[in-house]
Amino acid sequence: MVDIIQGLGRWGLRVFARLGRGHIFLVHILAGIPSVLVRFGLLVQQMFSVGVLSLLIIVVSGLFVGMVLGLQGYNTLVDFGAEESLGVVVALSLVRELGPVVAALLFAGRAGSALTAEIGLMKSTEQLSGMEMMAVDPVKRVIAPRFLAGFFSLPLLATIFTAVGVLGGFFVGVGLLGVDDGAFWSQIQAKVDFYEDIMNGVIKSIVFGFVVTWIAVFEGYDAVPTSEGVSRATTRTVVHSSLAVLGLDFVLTALMFGNI
Amino acid sequence: MHNSKTVEIIVGLFVAFGMAALFMLAMKVSNLSTFSDEGGFEVKARFENIGGLKVRSPVTVAGVRVGRVADITFDNNTYEAVVTMSIASDYSTLPTDSSASIFTAGLLGEQYVALEPGGEEKYLKQGSEVRLTQSAIVLEQVIGQFLYSQAEGGDK
Repeated sequence: MVDIIQGLGRWGLRVFARLGRGHIFLVHILAGIPSVLVRFGLLVQQMFSVGVLSLLIIVVSGLFVGMVLGLQGYNTLVDFGAEESLGVVVALSLVRELGPVVAALLFAGRAGSALTAEIGLMKSTEQLSGMEMMAVDPVKRVIAPRFLAGFFSLPLLATIFTAVGVLGGFFVGVGLLGVDDGAFWSQIQAKVDFYEDIMNGVIKSIVFGFVVTWIAVFEGYDAVPTSEGVSRATTRTVVHSSLAVLGLDFVLTALMFGNI
Repeated sequence: MHNSKTVEIIVGLFVAFGMAALFMLAMKVSNLSTFSDEGGFEVKARFENIGGLKVRSPVTVAGVRVGRVADITFDNNTYEAVVTMSIASDYSTLPTDSSASIFTAGLLGEQYVALEPGGEEKYLKQGSEVRLTQSAIVLEQVIGQFLYSQAEGGDK
């Protein structure tokens, strides 16, 4: 009995210690950001590997998500003779929810895991300690550029995802299923509000970008420096950031659209 | 690894692509291009019953959208609903004796305020009130009246 309680306590202490380390680490990153802005090349290099290389999976999934939404929405709406509202269904669900959330989940899988593995391997091969020996702060030189790159990339990727998704829905709805072209766009323009819907979606993706990259770089930096430790850290990045994205999405949706 | 100039160009394209996507969403997918709230004037109207009218519902003249419902309040003295409509400044030549009615778009569609221009020389401006109003048609009332008149007709 005492063992169980003791185990629970140990587990709780470990969780809180990790949380504390994560937040202290975040403060270090934020303090390192000004030095990144001076060395802009580092940021661009990371934007390439974090953002540009994720572009393909984002565009392809966005297209297919939009096309599936178009097909499914059409099948439901045609029963009510309301297939002109197809554009609204596709656009609103993408702009408010699917764009930011699915893009963030894909981003966690594509870029977040890569960040963790890269930083974890740097740690296990003692490159980070080597930098410290040469009086180079690894947080400023390695972590902060990656963090900023992820933070900037995800909103851009989510916006691209949404735009491509709407085009995919347009392609299926208007191109294949014969919804009226003008009604598709005019209904969207009548129902989707720029500040209320699109800006809130962008705010969501900014929050997700922050959280996912933070988790990814922290897991890498905090990984046990063995091959097993790095592999576990990579798994944790994907699991934790996906859960964080879904949980935060509920909170943000409740705050933005829920009248709570 | 690619050389740094290529990387910079590709990243630049990526950022531009993201901005273009946002621009496309703003212009093509949202109401930003069709209607802006700025530079309009507000007009009040009192209704006995507004039915399902909501804030942000459209305001139309001859079927053309000229504004939106900005606010709905309840007057404790007259027991009427006070609907504040924000109308774009492009449509500032509506006569003061225009009438406002609440209609439904289609059988189950959303409700909107339709303004019917009158013949007065003066125009509606900021703060003026539309006197002639017609309340929303509540479907249950119409059906009730119809059944009532049917029952009366049956007695004869």
